Amino acid sequence: MAHASATERDTANYRWWGTGLFAFLFRRKGRKRLSAADVITYIFLVVGTVVMFFPVLWLIMSSFKPITTLYLTPPTFLPYHPVMAQVAGYPEPLPLVDVRQEDGTVKRMARVGRVIGIEARVVDLDAPAEPPIRIRIENMTPVQEVRFDLANYTNAIDRFPFGVYLRNSVVITISATALTLLINSMAAYALSKYRFRGRNTIFLLILSALMVPLSVIMIPVFLVISRVGMAGSLLGVIIPPAATPTGVFLLRQYMLTIPDELIEAARIDGATEWRIYWRIVMPLAVPALAVLAIFSFMWRWNDFLWPLIVLGGRSDLATLQLGLQSFQGELNVQWDSLLAMTVLSLLPVVVVFGILQKYITTGIASTGLKG
Amino acid sequence: MKIKPDAVGAPPDLFRAIGRILSLPLVGILHLLDLIIGSLERVIGHRRMPYFFVLPNMLIFVIFVMLPLLLNFLFAFTGGSSILPENRPWVGTGNFERLLSCGNIWDVSTCREDVFFFAVRNTFLFVIVEVPAMIVLAMLIALALNRDIRLRGFFRSAFFFPVLLSPVVVALIWKWMLQTRGGLINTVLGFFGIAPIAFVLDGNWMMFWAIFVSVWAQVGFYALILLAGLQGIPPVLYEAAEIDGATEIQRFWKVTLPLLRPTLLVVLVLTLIRGVQMFDHVYVLTGGGPGTATVLTVQYIYRTAFEPPNNWGMAASVSLMLAAVLAVLTVIQLLLNRRQTESA
Repeated sequence: MAHASATERDTANYRWWGTGLFAFLFRRKGRKRLSAADVITYIFLVVGTVVMFFPVLWLIMSSFKPITTLYLTPPTFLPYHPVMAQVAGYPEPLPLVDVRQEDGTVKRMARVGRVIGIEARVVDLDAPAEPPIRIRIENMTPVQEVRFDLANYTNAIDRFPFGVYLRNSVVITISATALTLLINSMAAYALSKYRFRGRNTIFLLILSALMVPLSVIMIPVFLVISRVGMAGSLLGVIIPPAATPTGVFLLRQYMLTIPDELIEAARIDGATEWRIYWRIVMPLAVPALAVLAIFSFMWRWNDFLWPLIVLGGRSDLATLQLGLQSFQGELNVQWDSLLAMTVLSLLPVVVVFGILQKYITTGIASTGLKG
Repeated sequence: MKIKPDAVGAPPDLFRAIGRILSLPLVGILHLLDLIIGSLERVIGHRRMPYFFVLPNMLIFVIFVMLPLLLNFLFAFTGGSSILPENRPWVGTGNFERLLSCGNIWDVSTCREDVFFFAVRNTFLFVIVEVPAMIVLAMLIALALNRDIRLRGFFRSAFFFPVLLSPVVVALIWKWMLQTRGGLINTVLGFFGIAPIAFVLDGNWMMFWAIFVSVWAQVGFYALILLAGLQGIPPVLYEAAEIDGATEIQRFWKVTLPLLRPTLLVVLVLTLIRGVQMFDHVYVLTGGGPGTATVLTVQYIYRTAFEPPNNWGMAASVSLMLAAVLAVLTVIQLLLNRRQTESA
């Protein structure tokens, strides 16, 4: 290989990429031939992937577009920004345009004021002091550049109480998840490692809570929440949803596999029941606790109906989801900021999924939990 | 998990000291808990400790699930605009009568609460289209992912990831896609020479997109369950069928489908239960509009109760009806589950 010329190496590389990529994508493991069913499968999967991914990609791309190109028809995929220039005599930077002159040459000029009908006014960059010239807009193309500008993001944070929503969401998600892990594991420990009167009744009661959706009891729930003084408070969003029946069930099934001998041994050594739970059972249940923590994080971060009912109109306590909903419900939706906020609120979930996707998908497939 | 300070090359004492100081409050709390709960155990005896362990969870269940379940009846049979039960006059079946009173049974516009009937009709329409679409697509995805293909993990994640997005985010992504000005859907239609459609103003279109978005957001979840079911089918059966000369299509109808039936039934009941309760995706996407074209039952309950004039009683009555439908579906699911575990 040391003697091969650069072009030889390149062709070899290209050939490898061509056949290699094709073989990688289309070869069936173990078999050589690619059947028609395989081709259809791949087409279906690729089209499906595009349908699943593209809307999110489109959202992300759009979130970088300035308001001037956001509503362009037809829209561009990449975020184009008009190129601006400071022209002497004009207080604000002006957008640059390429103007086709009568002799066919193209000259770069700056546009002044708005486009009126089919006419626009431009000013010569070399002679800014001269009055602007009127030109027809078909002779003018705006100068644009692709830029991943964070202006929408900073605007969203400056103009909207994004920070407040973020804080509320983080506080709710973290404290509700911590509470879920604590009380669910306590209940699961009792239900898996003790024989006591009423155990089966309690377990059935917890399972039946799985069958009662919030949508069916939201009116009395609101009454109860108000009566215990949790309406319009973060506690009302943190405490009631923390007692997840799914969590108890998941942890109980896991704790059943922890050998009773360990607990007996600790008991003989004089450990209190709380110590056994905290020092022996909890450390052993870490894998199941981790799964529950991931799910709880997703549930609480994405929750909509519960905070909507409990928090009502308290905008200072609204979560990200409620904040997004209230902005999109406004008469004049400010999509530039809204898109940026939407991207920011899906970011944590995407990051968590990116890191832990194997655990999440296998966890769901084996337990039937919904994310 | 202990961090070895020596490995980082910093003075170990400093690290140890910092670690000790940082963990001091936590250790303190733990010791305090040990002390409190230990003395509690001494008072109530360790035989009663399991009750202590289940207490917090059960307390929340009883107060926020069981109690509301009973209170729902109280609300459904009382009237007035106050949420406090003591200020609510008993009206018997008045709420149900009002909901179901129609001048002409075949004409919804003569009903007193016509929006209720629109909501029920919309929910019915939604479920009847969404459930088959969801199951067929989930099945196709699961079958494709179960084949001997490359990049299987990638494709699986691609179909699955919208399940984890919040309903609000999903709805906003699609609301942006559906814009008349600069929306991607209208741009694609434009390539085929179709003039931009103002989807938001067309009830039928919004119902279509409500169903589409709901399928888009959840299909990966059901595909995953079906995939697990497919992988549970013993490969021997396929080999036997292949030896007997069955084509791939015959193998699907004669081996895959019969053996996947229990899983498919579970998915069917799950999609039905979720479909009947559909709320957040559609609420954010359409707000029930245009007009009442996409108002679904749960949104009707929410609006009747939490928007003025706050008719709690009528909303609770609709909740009870919804609960009855869900109860029937849940019983079916339990029966199916039992049959499945018995046959397994």
